Amino acid sequence: MAEKNIGKIVAINGNMIEVAFEQSVIQNEVGYVLVGEERLKSEVIKISGNSAFLQVYEITKGLKVGDEVEFTGEMLSVTLGPGILSKVYDGLQNPLPSLAEKYGFFLPRGVVLDALDFKKKWHFTPLAKKGDILYKGSPVGWVPEGIFKHKIMLPFDLNSEYTVESVVKEGDYLITETVALIRDAKGQTIEVKMHFEWPVKIPISAYTQKLVPTEPMVTKVRIVDTFFPVCKGGTYCIPGPFGAGKTVLQQLTSRYADVDIVIIAACGERAGEVVETLREFPELEDPRTKRSLMERTIIICNTSSMPVAAREASVYTATTLGEYYRQMGLDVLVLADSTSRWAQAMRELSGRLEEIPGEEAFPAYLESRIAEFYERSGYVELPDGSFGSMTIGGTVSPAGGNFEEPVTQATLKVVGAFHGLSRARSDARKFPAIDPLESWTKYPGIIERGKVREAHRILRQSNEVRQMMMVVGEEGTSIDDFVVYLKGEYLDSVYLQQNGFDPVDAVSDPERQNYIFDKIFEIIKSDLHFESKETARLFFNDLRQLTIDWNYIKAGTDKFKEQEKAIDKHLKNGNTEQAPEKEQ
Amino acid sequence: MKKVYNKILSIVGNVISVRAEGVSNEELAEVRTRRGTSLAKVIKIERDLVSLQVFAGSRGISTNDEVRFLGNAMRVSFSENMLGRIFDGSGQPRDKGPALSENLIEIGGPSVNPSKRIIPKRMIRTNIPMIDVFNSLVVSQKLPVFSVSGEPYNELLARIALQTEVDMIILGGIGLKFDEYMYFKNELEKGGALSRSIFFMHTAADPVVEGLMVPDLCLAVAEQFALAGKDVLVLLTDMTNFADAMKEIAITMEQVPSNRGYPGDLYTQLASRYEKAVDFEGAGSVTVLAATTMPGDDVTHPVPDNTGYITEGQFYLRNGRIEPFGSLSRLKQQVNKDTREDHRAIMDGMIQLYAQYIETEEKRSMGFRMSDWDKKLLKYGGLFESQMMDLSVNISLENALDKGWEILAECFLPDETGFRSELVKKFWPGKAEDGSQETEDGNRKKTQKQ
Repeated sequence: MAEKNIGKIVAINGNMIEVAFEQSVIQNEVGYVLVGEERLKSEVIKISGNSAFLQVYEITKGLKVGDEVEFTGEMLSVTLGPGILSKVYDGLQNPLPSLAEKYGFFLPRGVVLDALDFKKKWHFTPLAKKGDILYKGSPVGWVPEGIFKHKIMLPFDLNSEYTVESVVKEGDYLITETVALIRDAKGQTIEVKMHFEWPVKIPISAYTQKLVPTEPMVTKVRIVDTFFPVCKGGTYCIPGPFGAGKTVLQQLTSRYADVDIVIIAACGERAGEVVETLREFPELEDPRTKRSLMERTIIICNTSSMPVAAREASVYTATTLGEYYRQMGLDVLVLADSTSRWAQAMRELSGRLEEIPGEEAFPAYLESRIAEFYERSGYVELPDGSFGSMTIGGTVSPAGGNFEEPVTQATLKVVGAFHGLSRARSDARKFPAIDPLESWTKYPGIIERGKVREAHRILRQSNEVRQMMMVVGEEGTSIDDFVVYLKGEYLDSVYLQQNGFDPVDAVSDPERQNYIFDKIFEIIKSDLHFESKETARLFFNDLRQLTIDWNYIKAGTDKFKEQEKAIDKHLKNGNTEQAPEKEQ
Repeated sequence: MKKVYNKILSIVGNVISVRAEGVSNEELAEVRTRRGTSLAKVIKIERDLVSLQVFAGSRGISTNDEVRFLGNAMRVSFSENMLGRIFDGSGQPRDKGPALSENLIEIGGPSVNPSKRIIPKRMIRTNIPMIDVFNSLVVSQKLPVFSVSGEPYNELLARIALQTEVDMIILGGIGLKFDEYMYFKNELEKGGALSRSIFFMHTAADPVVEGLMVPDLCLAVAEQFALAGKDVLVLLTDMTNFADAMKEIAITMEQVPSNRGYPGDLYTQLASRYEKAVDFEGAGSVTVLAATTMPGDDVTHPVPDNTGYITEGQFYLRNGRIEPFGSLSRLKQQVNKDTREDHRAIMDGMIQLYAQYIETEEKRSMGFRMSDWDKKLLKYGGLFESQMMDLSVNISLENALDKGWEILAECFLPDETGFRSELVKKFWPGKAEDGSQETEDGNRKKTQKQ
C-alpha cells in the first residue's frame, strides 16, 4: 500500500465528526481517529466535496479539530473463520471476555482485539483435491468446531471459476496458514487461508438459489408452534410494551429452538439480561446434543450504555456471522433484541446529519433498512446441493406500547409472522403474552391448518362473549354462549399459556403438542350441556386444573397416562353428574 | 495551557458560541461575567466555532465576557472527605465547607464490560412490605418510582435511604424544590445517616442546565466508592426534570425533536446513566433508585416510557401507596426463593386475592348484590390496604409474611385461598382443622368463584 490516507477533523457533533481529506475516500469505509495511543474506529457515512462525515463507534470526548483520521480503504468488516461459536463479541466483533481479561471492569476506548484466536491450531481435513473446479463458497476442507464440521470455504468475494492447484494434507494448522492454492482463469494463484474478512453491510450470496421457507422451526412454545409458527429461513417479530416478556420469550427460544446455531444480538438493551445468558448458557445442556448450550451460541452484545454507533453495526455483525454458518449447510437463528434500539441509533445519526426527518423523526430510509435486514434471512440451496437456513426474529419496543409507531409498522410489512405481546395479557400473568387475536403468521405449522383455524375461531367467539358479558353481566348471557366463553378460556389457560420456568412445561415438543392439542380440540369441539352456569364453571375449573397438572407431567410416563384418564373420567362424569355445590 | 477568549459570537438560550482553536470535545470552560463565574461545557465544534452550554444560564452574559478553556472535561473530586457534604449541580460546595480538588475523576466514564457483570443475588431489605414481600429490591438494581406531582415519592426515597443496610447514600436532586431539599437533609440528619451520605443538589431555583450534570456526578462518585468495596445507593429525583433539561438544550441546538420535543437520543442518554448500576465482583455495588414523575399520570409519556424499557422494573406510587399492579421488580425472582419458603406463595396469593377484591369493589360500586364471598373479599381488601400497602407500615420481611397469614386467616378459610396445603399447615395461624378438604395433590389450587 502507498502512503497512508490521512484526513483531519474539522467539526465534532456528538458521535459524528466531519473530516477534511485530500486523497479519495470510499462510502462506508472505516477510518480511525488517532488520539494519542487510542485508535477510535469510525465509518464514513456521507461525503460532500472535500468533507467526509464519519460516525465514531466510541465516545468522542476529548477529540479536537485538527486531530488526524486514518482512512483504511476497507468497509466495516468481520473476520470469518473457525472459532466464532460460543464467543461473546461487542457490536464490532471485539471479544468481550478477552477485553475484560486485559482491561478489567470497564470497556476501554479505542482498543481493537483479534476476533479469532490466531494461535490456536485446528485439525484440517481436505475435501477438495488438485484439479477440482471451485467457486466462491465451495469448501476446500473442514475443521471440527464443537459439534459441527466447520467448512473452510473459498472467500465469498472471489467471483469467478478457480482450479485447485494444491491442498495441504490432513493435519493441525493455524487459521493464518495457507491450506490451499487456487488458480483463476488468468493463471493468477491465490492462497486460501482458514479465515477471511467480509463487509457486514453486504449480504453473503454464495448460494445457488433462495427457496420459500416451508419447514417449521420448532420453538417448543405451544402458542408459537401451533398457532403462529415460523419456518426455517423465515422472519418474525415480537413487538410489545416493556414488561410484557419479550426478552423472556427470546431467551426461551434461544434455548429450545430446533436449529443448529443461535446468534443472540443484544442490541441496546439491558446489560443484566445478557448477563443471565452469559452466565447460564455454559451450564445449560443443549437437549439435542447433550453438550453445553454455549457451544452452539454466539452472543453479540451491545448493551444500552455502550456507544450508539456500534449498536447500529451489531445487528449487521450478527446477520453476517449467521450467513457465514448458513453457507455450511446449517440452520441458524438470529435473535435481535431489540430492533427499535437499532432504529433509534439510525435516528440519532440521521439527526446529526441534518437529514429531513420522517415520522417521529426517524429517517425516511427506515423502512428500506428494516426490509434489507429481514431480507437477509432465507432458506437457501448451496452449490454442493445441501441446504442451509437463517431465520431472523426481532423484538420491537414500540414507544408507549403502541403498535402504530413507525418501527413496528415498517417491520410488519416485511416479516412472515407477527407475535404481538399485549399488556393486558402480561398484567393478567398470562405468559407467553402473545395476543392470540392480534397475531398472525404466513407459515405452515406442525398441526393441521383446519383444526388450528377452528380453535382460533372458538377463541374469537369466546372473546366476543366475554366482551358482551362485560356490558350485560353474566345474568344476561345465555348458557350456550357462556359455555363458548368457558371453552375459549380453557383453551387459553391450558394450551396458549405455558410456564417458561417449569422444566417440563417449558419444553413442549411437536409430538406432545400434537397429542395434547388433539385432546383439547376434541373437548372444545364436543357438545357440552350444563344445568346452570355455576355447574359449567365448576366443571371447567376442575378440568382446567387437571389439564394444567397434565402439562407438568413428562410425556410417555405412567403418570402422564393416569392424568389423561383422570381427564377422561372428569369429562364423562362432569356432563351428567352434579358438581359439588358451593355457596353463592 | 489556559486560553482566554473574550468575543462571544452568539447567545441563544443557554448556549453560547466563541471562535477558538485547540478546544476538545466536552472540554470545560469558565465564563466570567459581572455576576460571577460559571462553568460551561463544549457541546459542538465546527471548525473554529465552538458551542458551549453554560451551566449558570446565559442571563446577564455580555458579548465581551471572558471565556477561559480549562483543558479538561468535567471532573469531580473523590475522597472520604465528601461524606456528609452537600454540593451543587456543578460539583461546587453548597454547604459552608471547603471546595475539594484532590483526586479528580472524570465523570461519564466508560461503561462496564458486560462479561464482567454477575447475576445479582443479594436482596436489599427496606422494611416496606410492598417492596420486601411483593417486589424485592436487589443490590445493583436500577429501579424508578413512577409517580405524579404531589405524591410522596421523595418521602419514600428518604425512607428507603434510611432503612436499607447500604454503606453509603448518594442523593442527586434535579430541579428539586427547596423545601424538599431541606426535607431530605433534615430526615437524613434525624436518622443519623448524614455522615454516610453525599448530596449533589440542584434546586428548582438554580439554572436548568446545571441539573444535567447531577446524575453523572452522583454516579461517577458512586462508581468509585463501589470499586473501593462499598455498597452504594444512589437516589435521583426527579429524572423527568433531567430529561426536560436535555430537551431544552436539544431544542436550543436546533436538533430535530423525535417525540413531544424530546431529543432522539433520550433513550441512550437515560440508559447510559441507569446502566451505571452494577455489582462488581469482588468489590462493592451501585444501586439506583430514581423518581420519575409522569406528566399527566401518563405512563406512555416519553420519559417514563423510555425509562421503563431501561430499568429492571418500576414502582408505581399512587394515592400514597405502592400499587401492587404494574409495580414490578424484575430481579425479585433472583432473591425471593432463598428468604422463607412461603415468600413466593404469599407474594402471588395475596395479590391474586387483592385483584379479586378490586373486581368485587367495581361490582359493588355498580350496585351489584354482594355475595358472602364478595363480603369476605371486601374485608380482605380493606385489611390488605391498611396493614400492608400503607406506607406507614414499617416491619421486617418475616413479620410482614406473618402479618400476611394473619390477614388471610382473619378473612378466609384455608382452602379458599388456594395455598399449598403444606404451607397452610405450617403457617396458618391457629388451627386449620375445617375447610381444608385438599385433594391428594397438594399443588392443586382451588380457583375461587367470583
